[in-house]
Amino acid sequence: MKAKGLVHKYGDNVDTDVIIPARYLNSSDPKELASKCMIDIDEEFVNRVKEGDIMVANKNFGCGSSREHAPIAIKAAGISCVIAETFARIFYRNAINIGLPIIECVEAAQDIEAGDEVEIDFDSGIIHNITKGKEYKGQAFPPFMQEIINKEGLVNYINSK
Amino acid sequence: MGMTMTQKILAAHTGLEKVEAGQLIEANLDLVLGNDVTAPVAIKEMEKMNVETVFDKDKVALVPDHFTPNKDIKSAQHCACVRKFACEHDITNYFEIGEMGIEHALLPENGLVVAGDVVIGADSHTCTYGALGAFSTGVGSTDMGAGMATGQAWFKVPSAIKFNLFNKPSKWVSGKDVILHIIGMIGVDGALYKSMEFVGEGIQHLSIDDRFTIANMAIEAGAKNGIFPVDDITKEYMNEHSTREYIVYEADEDAEYDEVYDIDLSKIKSTVAFPHLPENTKTIDEIDEIKIDQVVIGSCTNGRISDLRVAAKIMKDKKVAKGMRCIIFPATQAIYLQAIEEGLIETFIKAGAVVSTPTCGPCLGGHMGILAEGERAVATTNRNFVGRMGHTSSEIYLASPAVAAASALTGYISAPAE
Repeated sequence: MKAKGLVHKYGDNVDTDVIIPARYLNSSDPKELASKCMIDIDEEFVNRVKEGDIMVANKNFGCGSSREHAPIAIKAAGISCVIAETFARIFYRNAINIGLPIIECVEAAQDIEAGDEVEIDFDSGIIHNITKGKEYKGQAFPPFMQEIINKEGLVNYINSK
Repeated sequence: MGMTMTQKILAAHTGLEKVEAGQLIEANLDLVLGNDVTAPVAIKEMEKMNVETVFDKDKVALVPDHFTPNKDIKSAQHCACVRKFACEHDITNYFEIGEMGIEHALLPENGLVVAGDVVIGADSHTCTYGALGAFSTGVGSTDMGAGMATGQAWFKVPSAIKFNLFNKPSKWVSGKDVILHIIGMIGVDGALYKSMEFVGEGIQHLSIDDRFTIANMAIEAGAKNGIFPVDDITKEYMNEHSTREYIVYEADEDAEYDEVYDIDLSKIKSTVAFPHLPENTKTIDEIDEIKIDQVVIGSCTNGRISDLRVAAKIMKDKKVAKGMRCIIFPATQAIYLQAIEEGLIETFIKAGAVVSTPTCGPCLGGHMGILAEGERAVATTNRNFVGRMGHTSSEIYLASPAVAAASALTGYISAPAE
């Protein structure tokens, strides 16, 4: 499986309150959530994002509230993968559980800039920065998590057991 | 090499003699929790699974506390979805308005969590129950749905950081100051993926409410869970609130820790976290005059009876500053009633504060106290992220009930007067 797209770049500690503010949590509809994604730190994101684009951030991405609405909003906005130096643990689980691909890679997260075109090969964990002509190696998932990812989420994984 | 307290609880719930940090396990659950924001998504996910009903109707707790009393039609729909599910599946621990409270104060109060339990909740502050010597952690809705369906959850066994607490905190210094001090020291990702184990002779000076506050904010340091050993204070609380049998686990002498911090509680001062991260801490004596528009006292972090007592002690026979909005929300109906009986509510109302029914509303900018552009709040809540309580240019200063109450009286971030 591969993902390819243009990068939307953010910094450290992007919390789930800015990914999808609580005032919009009276809905659980993915499209509605996607229309407010990142609104409190990047109002233009929803207008700029194209299907398949990639989100890159630094440390502790997705910290704060456990709201699964955050990865749901990101996925429904069209983002095909999130790369970060580290993810907050609940966001990490949630992304795997709903089938939003994420990769931890310090070098890629620090080097990639907004607007870069990036391709990710999930099987090898190789992140290719087409704009800069560079390659980075992402952290591979343990086999157990890879199985959940291969089944596109926890629900299918449990149903297959 | 021995196991930490958390590892021992996880091993026991996996049927293994021993687990080690980094190991992937599927653990049996004693309780699965959800609220009106996260449960509707979990219910939808559970319905996609090949199961008829929940794994155990006594081991699911549904607490509509976020946008309740229903703030608008959409929220009412979410609550209706949870109510219908609770009814259809005969969920024992569904809490309707009237018996509802903020989940992390409500569950221990109702004796639903005891030492030795493994609890997941689709709310990040589920880590609160570590105060009772349980392993409890926040998850998302899909995990909650899977937990309700199977009674199990997958975990990567965490390594741990040990916080060795000693000496007695000084007057007006509470659990909130201790945890803000720690988060200021290690940062908002300082315990990422790890357990925070709070031990040492100092914990005897921390009330159960102080411990709930400390464990509650372990997530603000990125931790998987925060946990306290079980002592007489814990046992007294559990005996008063629960009929369930508890199991006391202790960390092995030779348990391995990634880091150990020694913390002298007597040296901790009243601490305030500045916008927009809980790690941006300053002690009260380092703070210049900062004018405040709103004070919020309550939440799953600091809405318990001892928090209200401290606030009332400071506000007794005094008036909230002119132009200040002070909102106090007891965490549960029982706490609310006790506060009425003790005369605390009368103190607050006479001081010019408003008292709200239990709700998460103001803490997460849901309803009941939203901030306008550029406004500042001192709040006893747990997060001061951009836009958390309202407008993106508003500011939240996290503090103890003592500092919040004192600030309500002066209109500036203030230390309680002697």
